[in-house]
Amino acid sequence: MLIAATLAVLVVMLLAIIRTVIGPTLYDRILAVNMFGTKTILLLSLLGFVMGRPEFLDIAIVYALINFISVIAVLRYSDSFEFGSKTGEKTAENRIPQSGERLELGNKEAE
Amino acid sequence: MIFDLDIIRELISALFLFMGSFLCISGGVGILRFPDFYTRMHAVGVTDTLAAAMILIGLMLQNPDGLVVIKLSLILLMTLFINPTASHALAKAAFHNGLMPLIEKNKKNNSLPDKKQESEKG
Amino acid sequence: MKRGELIESLINIVLLSLLVGIAIAIVCMKDLFAVVMLAGIYGLISASFFVVMDAVDVAFTEASVGAGISTLLMLVVITMTGRTEHPTRHKPLLAIFVVVVTGGLLIYGTFDMPYLGAIDAPIHTHVAPRYINESMQEVGVPNIVTAVLASYRAFDTFGEVVVIFTAGIGVLALLSVVRRRDEDSVIDSINDSMHEQHLILRIVSKMMIPFIMLFALYVQFHGDYGPGGGFQAGVIFASAIILYVLLFGLSTARKVINQTLIQLIAAFGVLFYGCVGLVSLLNGGNFFDYNVLSSDPIAGQHLGILLIEWGVGCTVASVMIIIFFNFAGRKEFQQRNGNLIDNISKKNKGI
Repeated sequence: MLIAATLAVLVVMLLAIIRTVIGPTLYDRILAVNMFGTKTILLLSLLGFVMGRPEFLDIAIVYALINFISVIAVLRYSDSFEFGSKTGEKTAENRIPQSGERLELGNKEAE
Repeated sequence: MIFDLDIIRELISALFLFMGSFLCISGGVGILRFPDFYTRMHAVGVTDTLAAAMILIGLMLQNPDGLVVIKLSLILLMTLFINPTASHALAKAAFHNGLMPLIEKNKKNNSLPDKKQESEKG
Repeated sequence: MKRGELIESLINIVLLSLLVGIAIAIVCMKDLFAVVMLAGIYGLISASFFVVMDAVDVAFTEASVGAGISTLLMLVVITMTGRTEHPTRHKPLLAIFVVVVTGGLLIYGTFDMPYLGAIDAPIHTHVAPRYINESMQEVGVPNIVTAVLASYRAFDTFGEVVVIFTAGIGVLALLSVVRRRDEDSVIDSINDSMHEQHLILRIVSKMMIPFIMLFALYVQFHGDYGPGGGFQAGVIFASAIILYVLLFGLSTARKVINQTLIQLIAAFGVLFYGCVGLVSLLNGGNFFDYNVLSSDPIAGQHLGILLIEWGVGCTVASVMIIIFFNFAGRKEFQQRNGNLIDNISKKNKGI
């Protein structure tokens, strides 16, 4: 069962990488990376048991911390990225530049 | 009697690990197949924390030794703190920066609901 | 046993092919933000790979440095440089030729190398047996990696610490910005938006920061017995402070953390490390021969390793903080200049 769980986590990591590569918006990528980090924590814990040395869980703890810090960092600096660059077409489409306009459009959609 | 308890412990552990792997995979399928950011976030945010908790509890049952269980529960505690917070912050930041959810009006064709159902099954 | 080996090699193959796939994706992508994210993932996978290969200390370093700090620094950099790669104007034929030739030579070179894990490989016959057999008697530290790093190879580690210190000085010399006090309010207003937006994030992080610092100290002092040591602990400690900077803004953090003090600590760490070597010289041993630090050689080794790890931790933590402060300060400087230009152009339009 341990091995099956390890393989499942590896498969999910692959799926998360695919989403990171294709993910049309910035936030899809952040989400995928965050998920990847959680899965790495699980993989490391599982690997410790599969290989019979469960003492090395410290690394998983470090990962959990580092993952959190990087997500916050990405959010902190995502405000200053220019959107609507060539690769972020989807963002450009969905993005509303100012808060006033967003409200306006939100009302329209509500109608 | 002790032997029986060991078997029961193994079985419960395997059950937890299986549930965890299933949730992992469903989250993975969700992040790949759902149509827009917020639905993907829903798939990941819900399954990620629970899957991590399930797998970690399963591992705790595998080796009920002092330090290992303490470290695993530390990881579990941090996952329970960090994951929902990160999801919350991410969704909030995405909405603040004007990423709109995909709603009926924006839909290009009617095939999306079918896709959604498919991935829920898978 | 056979089955275990099979599983291990299967996991290795999967992890390595993921690494290759990510490397190709990094090369192909033009969106630098995605590249940074993928680089973080690359760090995570290579650390898992190191765990499978039993190199736990390396995995620890890769986790904290490769996936953590360097991702943070790259993020700050791309906020300054812009998010997309510039298209290349010329065909890089010469570059491709050089890379292919060098790569071919390197691959040709690997044919002479012994196989992975071969018993007669030079690394397994030269000094490794001595480390494995005698480090427990000579140094008395259960983690052989720490024994090699801090005692047998203390001089090399000293070099590494000096390199890190030099990097910190370089960043200070190139990127430090002269700050004018009256402009802090402008930055405060930029930062306030972050505070009000993320109340939950702030509260959870406030709870996490002391825990991260405590964990860094655990890694620092547990390095003799398990994976860890001064380098990793320094990076983890610095990331706790970086978390604080990210949430409360640079100007608030500057009030809490005195930058001059941090710079002094960075220098102090290197000096402290060197002084341990000098003391061992004065006591009649070789440079970094810890046996003479105490009447009992093993106790001397323990004391020496504790002291130099402390020096390493101080230097690494403060240099990381210095680098981050200067990168973020440079970014704010740009932001402020941008705001000034915006204001001027608005005024001009108004006129």
